[in-house]
Amino acid sequence: MLSWFLAALTLVVVVLTAVPLGRHLWQVFDDRPHPGWDPWLLPVESALMRWIGDRGQPATSAWAYLQPFLIANACFGGVAFALLAFQPAWLNPLGWPGMRWDTALHTAISFVTNTDQQHYTPEQSLGPLAQLGALQFLMYVSAASGLAVGFAVIRGLCGLPLGNFHQQLIRSLTRVLLPGSLLLAVLLLISGVPMTLAEPLPITTLEGGRQLLIRGPVALYEAIKQLGENGGGYYGANSAHPFENPNGLTNLVSGWAMLAIPAATIDAFGRFLGNRRQSTVLLLLVTGLIAAGAALAMAAELGGNPALGEWISGPNLEGKELRFGAGLTAFWATLTTGSMTGAVNGAMDSLMPLANLVTLFNLFLQVVFGGQGTGVAYLLVFMVLAVFLTGLMVGRTPEFLGRKVEKAEVVWSSLVLLIHPLFVLLPAAVTMAGADALAGISNPGPQGISQVVYEYASAAANNGSGMEGLGDGTPWWNLTASISLLGGRYLPIVALVLLADGFARKPALPPGPGTLRTDTALFTGVLAVVLLILGALTFFPVLALGPIAAGMALFS
Amino acid sequence: MTTVSRLAQGLRLTLALWLLTVVLLTLPLLGLARVVAPHQAEGSLVRAAGRVVGSELVGQAFTQPRYLQGRPSAVAYGSADPPASAPSNLAPGNPALAKRVAEDADAWAAMGIARPAADLLTSSGSGLDPDISLEAARQQLPRIAAARGLPPERLEVLLRQQVHRPLLGVLGPELVNVLAFNLALDQLAP
Repeated sequence: MLSWFLAALTLVVVVLTAVPLGRHLWQVFDDRPHPGWDPWLLPVESALMRWIGDRGQPATSAWAYLQPFLIANACFGGVAFALLAFQPAWLNPLGWPGMRWDTALHTAISFVTNTDQQHYTPEQSLGPLAQLGALQFLMYVSAASGLAVGFAVIRGLCGLPLGNFHQQLIRSLTRVLLPGSLLLAVLLLISGVPMTLAEPLPITTLEGGRQLLIRGPVALYEAIKQLGENGGGYYGANSAHPFENPNGLTNLVSGWAMLAIPAATIDAFGRFLGNRRQSTVLLLLVTGLIAAGAALAMAAELGGNPALGEWISGPNLEGKELRFGAGLTAFWATLTTGSMTGAVNGAMDSLMPLANLVTLFNLFLQVVFGGQGTGVAYLLVFMVLAVFLTGLMVGRTPEFLGRKVEKAEVVWSSLVLLIHPLFVLLPAAVTMAGADALAGISNPGPQGISQVVYEYASAAANNGSGMEGLGDGTPWWNLTASISLLGGRYLPIVALVLLADGFARKPALPPGPGTLRTDTALFTGVLAVVLLILGALTFFPVLALGPIAAGMALFS
Repeated sequence: MTTVSRLAQGLRLTLALWLLTVVLLTLPLLGLARVVAPHQAEGSLVRAAGRVVGSELVGQAFTQPRYLQGRPSAVAYGSADPPASAPSNLAPGNPALAKRVAEDADAWAAMGIARPAADLLTSSGSGLDPDISLEAARQQLPRIAAARGLPPERLEVLLRQQVHRPLLGVLGPELVNVLAFNLALDQLAP
């Protein structure tokens, strides 16, 4: 009962905080004066812009916006790759040398794409220098890049110029992620998350055994990991590790932090549009979707595992920490896959099949809050297609947000949606045809299929969680997952920016009597159906072969 | 702008943001941590008899009958070299999971616990879970009492003292920290 109450409370708080945070995001990205913040931050931001030699003019074309974005991301990733691959062993308290080239490449790509899929064991690979200098750095700049692009797309679709990427990137940091993560870090620190550069501490346990306590500057890392929807753990066990997530309070706050910015971004969209009703129905739609998913996952976990019925009655506690329990671990699994954070507070592999289904469904859909900045953009793409479909039904030229939806919009939108299955299903199919790659599967039967599909779905959706039984630390997994990571991040962003830029240049139409309103319950219902049909049916065959088959085997 | 100058711009941006997000942000927080929460910042270490015996937050392996035992761990509570933290990653339908549970249940039966609590048969998400349920602790009291020559009622009192209630009474279940309980046991009857 308690876990249901706390889950519901978390979602209510997410919706409530979306309003003030959304107002703040709108002020940050709308170029309007912000009296409380400007005197402090404008000098810093201007100095940064001067240092990089950008005068701050808005981009004059989609390409002019995308070029600095792509170059900056390449530089961020390159610096991190160098640190990961060539870190000298003496800089690391445990003496680990640099990562193997393919693991370093995968890790750098994974973190620069805001994914944070991890094919390495942090305790056995990285010291504080790499954790901070490569990973914490990428967690800040990848989240800021996502926010910048997301708001450029929102601005374009609302008829404004896209803006200046560097300025948006810097403001995402100075006005959103840095202050937000600092506040969260202090709260986590006081609640028990370590924040130190002290050496690993060898301990003789009470029974005389050995234990090595690896501490680190975890609190700040953890804060940006959650708030920036990154999700890559300081420790192998991620947010199940007591140092990352020591108690019920940190668990709830970290859960809220995953949804805080994407929820606020939806609210900010309504303010850009000048139609708060639109953002409110969208926010309620995705909150409803995540609540439904969470209810299914929680019911499945609390129902227990029939295969262990001979010994255990009650919830499925395998792979779960007692301080969270089965219910809140299932809830977190839903939040982390819906929001594209990818942090886990328990074993995804040990979830019940129905909970696995919910997590995969979230990865396939990508809009149940979705990624930092990009989640709302994907949601708007689904809206374009829903408007197009309803327009076809009644036989008139569809309009969206006061502009005509024509060939270019439909082409870019379709492309955005087709990229995802391409980078999930194709590599999964190729992998399953090859015996060497299959050797990584650790659980027999249908779960093995889920492990492979989950790996690529998580990469292409830029989520980063994993069914971690999979032995994925080989060149095959590193390189193929890297392709899905890059394809799932940059191709949709290019298409989204082209879509938004073209849209902003169209003449605005005054709403007429025949205009389809998109802020009604009816249209939101149509949108939900379009989401389910376009987003989920593509993947139904693999859901049937994976979690559905696993569930039937378990309960038959 | 030429490609070279754009690349130079990207590198300058990278340098500036690296200094901002890695150095300028982390160092003040490290300093603040030493002032406002030095205990938590250093890993919530527990001292006994003048030496550090562990962290309040991180579970330890206990195998002797005179100590309360924790949950099964897929990584032996980080005692291996090099250390790790991880769950078992066994799927609910994996026969290896049922086999492990059956073997553990037999081992508990040999220690006189016919139907051990669920948490004593399931491994945790991190392999470092510091807690067990009240039921799992209570089931082990007769064994500990016998091993230490203490009356079981005395241990029941200790257990009631050691239950840690969640923050605000609602943020989680009532649990027993295994290391804290065992330290208290050692104080009670060394």
